[in-house]
Amino acid sequence: MAVDLERILRPVDNPLKPFEAKYMTLASGENMVVRQIDRDDVPDVLRHIEPLLHVERDFYDVVAARVYAELLAYYRHRMQDEYVLVAQVDGELVAVVNGREVTPGLGMSLHTIALRRGLRVGAHAFAAKMEYHIDTLGHQEVLIVAESPIGFRRWMIEYQLEKRFDTPHELGGVPSWALTKELFDRARSTLVVGRRPVPPEMLAKAEAKILPPSDPPTPPADLLAATRSLYDPTATALIAQRTLLGGEADNA
Amino acid sequence: MRDVYVGGIGITTFTRLEYPLSEIAAYPAMMALKDAGIRDVDHLYVANMGSARVNHQTALASAVVDSLSLTPAGAAVIENGPASGASALKAGFAAVASGLHDVVLVSGAERMREVNNLEATDFVATLTHPLAEYIYGVTLPSHAAMFTRLYMEKYGLTERHLAMVAVKNQNNAMLNEFAHLHQPITIEGILDSPEAMTNNPYVAEPLRFFDACPVSDGGAAVILVSDDVAKTIDRPLIRLAGVGQATDTHAVHEREEPTDLLAVRRAAAQSFEMAGLRPEDVDVAELHDAFTILEIVESEEVGFFPKGEGHVALEKGETAIDGSLPINPSGGLKGKGHPVGATGVAQAHEIVTQLRGEAGDRQVDGPQVGFTCNFGGFGNNVVCLTFVREGR
Ligand SMILES: CC(C)(COP(=O)(O)OP(=O)(O)OC[C@H]1O[C@@H](n2cnc3c(N)ncnc32)[C@H](O)[C@@H]1OP(=O)(O)O)[C@@H](O)C(=O)NCCC(=O)NCCS
Repeated sequence: MAVDLERILRPVDNPLKPFEAKYMTLASGENMVVRQIDRDDVPDVLRHIEPLLHVERDFYDVVAARVYAELLAYYRHRMQDEYVLVAQVDGELVAVVNGREVTPGLGMSLHTIALRRGLRVGAHAFAAKMEYHIDTLGHQEVLIVAESPIGFRRWMIEYQLEKRFDTPHELGGVPSWALTKELFDRARSTLVVGRRPVPPEMLAKAEAKILPPSDPPTPPADLLAATRSLYDPTATALIAQRTLLGGEADNA
Repeated sequence: MRDVYVGGIGITTFTRLEYPLSEIAAYPAMMALKDAGIRDVDHLYVANMGSARVNHQTALASAVVDSLSLTPAGAAVIENGPASGASALKAGFAAVASGLHDVVLVSGAERMREVNNLEATDFVATLTHPLAEYIYGVTLPSHAAMFTRLYMEKYGLTERHLAMVAVKNQNNAMLNEFAHLHQPITIEGILDSPEAMTNNPYVAEPLRFFDACPVSDGGAAVILVSDDVAKTIDRPLIRLAGVGQATDTHAVHEREEPTDLLAVRRAAAQSFEMAGLRPEDVDVAELHDAFTILEIVESEEVGFFPKGEGHVALEKGETAIDGSLPINPSGGLKGKGHPVGATGVAQAHEIVTQLRGEAGDRQVDGPQVGFTCNFGGFGNNVVCLTFVREGR
């Protein structure tokens, strides 16, 4: 007797209302579009997330590995009721956020990863995802965790999240924090920004292609640099050590 | 007094550095030794503000002199708040000028990212008056904010002027490979767009996020040498021609006119007098813009512009890299970053780089005289240095 195992393994997604794309002006003066993507767009995103797997700072490695797994699972139908939003500047991928619906009243925030630093792109994308949970999906509450100190500052401190420590979060089973509708309403005027509708040309550019980051992480110059100057792009430590050893002191 | 020259310079990227503080001080020192082509020094000064509190390490100079294999040279730490860097350069200057030493290595280093931002802010706030300021919750951003409000009322400066400093300096930092911030910003994005208030929220009104420098790790080193040693070094000849230092009341509210930064005025005047120069002789300057307001006010107090008119010069573009008096081509503390103990040395590093004509894309056109202002406390301990390019 033939058994269609795929029918058993593949979750049947509940229909989720779509996220209506929005845009906002960044500190750089550029406009950033936040929009929902389909499964078909996932491979493009994975390609740009992959290099971050090797960036140790700020838990980029852990977050990128998890985002990679979650998006791949979404693409290959191994995740229940997941959605993915991307943030793009002129087509360039600058942030990815994802999450899922647990029950009609409860959301599970999965990840936020910024591919450009210093412009609040991560914070803006996170705000859009919370807006999706609360306003579009009608969740009363979203469960959240942070892997990095900057994540903690952006979510727990800026939104003053409530503790739900007796509820393990789906990410690593760690104690959850919660954004309630009330907390979100309080944050609306200061943290949640963006305009709709997105001008058609701007949206078309974003949808046409998910372009790679303009400033992707570069692999360390060599092993010594990798161990001693991970966050030091000009590799002073490396050059200095070579000088001490009497060798060449090129800024490789 | 003997003449004092800059033999060599070195710097790390200002960012978050994961190696120990002693190495953050040692690496730029090694670069400076290489730059000067010398191996031996008579004395080492290490400028640092927070090792004991932030990194749980004291007697930093002993660690650094050993890791540089410079023992038995003398070594000492200079801690003078955010003015530690230029204070250490002053100590080095005095040692060489007096004839006590011929070669003094000055290395400034700070590792502030070892703690979170809240702790870093608290650590810097310990420089305020413990009984009149600190216990009431005063921090450096709040000090700067109160000062800014008074300044705005008195001189008509607006938030737009502050934003112009932020934009100028973050954009200059784009041209500096050692700078912490590599992200251009625009007035539209931080002030005018509907999202500007979220992009650039108030930190301590009227100062916003982009008015403050980031919290950085980093190190910088300068080697000061005597005339005789300078002759043996095959690098452009840069003389540390003027050194000035002045203090003011510890608590800011005790000042007769809090909008006057008298210590800046006096330190600059001393420095110019020693160098035999005037503010109008300066071709390039690095001023201590821990907050954007400070660049404007210091540019007036050191004598570049009349009091209350610094923002007018800024508006006219006079302080841009291609302006008549470029200020903070390195990106300043705002764009390059502010590892507190290293800052004064890093300012000197930039000025020497500029005077040597080695600043690449941010090179100012043919400067002969450069100036630094390293601002400690909230203006209660300030060191100003004047550098001159000579001969070759
Ligand atoms: C958490 C995260 C999404 C937040 O993104 P964001 O809101 O866009 O904010 P950023 O991370 O760019 O903000 C920090 C940057 O602001 C900039 N900044 C800090 N102070 C500044 C100042 N005074 N002036 C200008 N810029 C400043 C710096 O560039 C800083 O980067 P640095 O830490 O390398 O110095 C992002 O940091 C990220 O993707 N981290 C890795 C993955 C992660 O931790 N995700 C969250 C898991 S819960």
